[in-house]
Amino acid sequence: MKILVCISHVPDTTSKINFVENNTQFDTQGVQYIINPNDEFGLTRAMWFKEKEGATVDVINVGGPATESTLRKALAIGADNAIRIHTEALDATQVAKEIVAVIQENGYDLIIAGRESIDYNGGMVPGMIAALTGMNYLNNCIRLEIEGQNATAVREMDGGKETVTTPLPLVIGAQKGLVEESDLRIPNMRGIMMARKKPLSVLEPQHGDAQVQTIAYEKPAPKGAVKLVEPENIDQLISLLHNEAKVI
Amino acid sequence: MSVLVYAESEKGQLKKIALELASFGRAIADQLNTDLIAITVNCDNNELLGNYGVNEILTSSHPEEFNAQQYAAIVKDAAQKKDAKVIAVSSSADSRYLAPLAAVELNAGYVTNVVEAPLSTTPFHVKRSVFTNKAFGISELNTDVKMVGLSKNAFGMHENPTTPTVTEFSPTVNNSSMEIASVDKANDQVTIADAEIVVSGGRGLKGPENWHLIEDLASTLGAATACSKPVSDMGWRPHSEHVGQTGKPVASNLYIAVGVSGAIQHLAGINASKVKVVINSDPEAPFFKAADYGIVGDAFEVVPKMIEKLKSFQAENT
Repeated sequence: MKILVCISHVPDTTSKINFVENNTQFDTQGVQYIINPNDEFGLTRAMWFKEKEGATVDVINVGGPATESTLRKALAIGADNAIRIHTEALDATQVAKEIVAVIQENGYDLIIAGRESIDYNGGMVPGMIAALTGMNYLNNCIRLEIEGQNATAVREMDGGKETVTTPLPLVIGAQKGLVEESDLRIPNMRGIMMARKKPLSVLEPQHGDAQVQTIAYEKPAPKGAVKLVEPENIDQLISLLHNEAKVI
Repeated sequence: MSVLVYAESEKGQLKKIALELASFGRAIADQLNTDLIAITVNCDNNELLGNYGVNEILTSSHPEEFNAQQYAAIVKDAAQKKDAKVIAVSSSADSRYLAPLAAVELNAGYVTNVVEAPLSTTPFHVKRSVFTNKAFGISELNTDVKMVGLSKNAFGMHENPTTPTVTEFSPTVNNSSMEIASVDKANDQVTIADAEIVVSGGRGLKGPENWHLIEDLASTLGAATACSKPVSDMGWRPHSEHVGQTGKPVASNLYIAVGVSGAIQHLAGINASKVKVVINSDPEAPFFKAADYGIVGDAFEVVPKMIEKLKSFQAENT
């Protein structure tokens, strides 16, 4: 089985979010980058298929040279090959089309991408890959089992979950729950050393047209101070929620 | 040309987010001076959309079960039939699932988490939330057909009575090789996605045996229950209740956090809620900086008192 895991290179969750160049670019100054958490859940599940079923796992990122440290981390966790498409994509369509070109070249049984990245939160790349390749697709995937050429997978819905069966190839949008938090791996020294020798190929992009361009960023207006209510005075809180906030 | 909304229903009844989405679609249709069309599937109360500015409803009575690929095909067919130039979807799990499939089929530029009506239509500029509600981006869509995903509770419901026509719609739906084996859905519970009020508990509750405090407060308010990441990681509550950056997003009118410290990842996931109340014994808890109202106090004393006071408030106000 060949698995491709799409890896987004995102600011650590505690990063300060600021913009430069007249509020048109994200300020990368001092920002630590990590594997997008939803992608990491997917990568961890892929490691299980590698170790238990002998799957090969490729990881891919569409981005500039700075993302290679994140791809190396995925290799240190245990992926076999890394691919970087050398372009700064403007929108999700460009990202999806670059990944699809690699899928068509290499052929995969399973494509895993996080349900969304924690930076731009688009939540559309896995669906677009499925639509562009014609593969079946399950989003919000919280369980995945594969037997031969068939998968059983669970999708989290609003207020419940559904179990589906589908033939491979399959695209999933991974999220929390797909693996236990305790299964997530921190690369060890051996993994890091091995990752240095694993192949990381840099491919030239397709240069598809962008459909969406983000032209400016802004930050929310600063919030007012909290109104504190004494614990003995809960009537006051209820009256504030009713008369001032008008939410009860 | 027209504007199209995919109005979601559950067990034949339109969801509230469908009415908010129709209100949003009406605003775009007014900007473009055109009609607002709604597409529904297996919906029994289509006429309700007439209260929110819909001019025409296309309704399909198949497939019986939700399938993202098939539903995306229905949205695509409806968009093409009505020459829709803007298609709006909600941010429910199902809509976020099917929308990118439809966007590819329609060659539409697609933007999610949109927080208000377009800033302009030529060029087509929308404001969307990014970095998990820590910033906004202004995006320009340069495709002929455009698709926008509305952030939940960002636009609100706006009444605008019309008398829409309802037309049966029989889209071409291909068979799917993906089959639903089982669905596990609680019937009587308010879901985090639909709830107007969410009550959330953190480590301050000290253990799963104390969760009746959260559940009682929630049921008094008709609210959904939620929890912080450590609580779901320790197995006190199921993963499906975890709200935050890697859990479920919350965009309720009122979010009450009990014994939740307010780690940055938690706040990112609940920031889109309109009013935030925090109850925590630690006055230094970071949540107090993000909240609108706060009580520094012991949850085990404050919550039962709050339930009692809310009950008498409700008795007086009904």
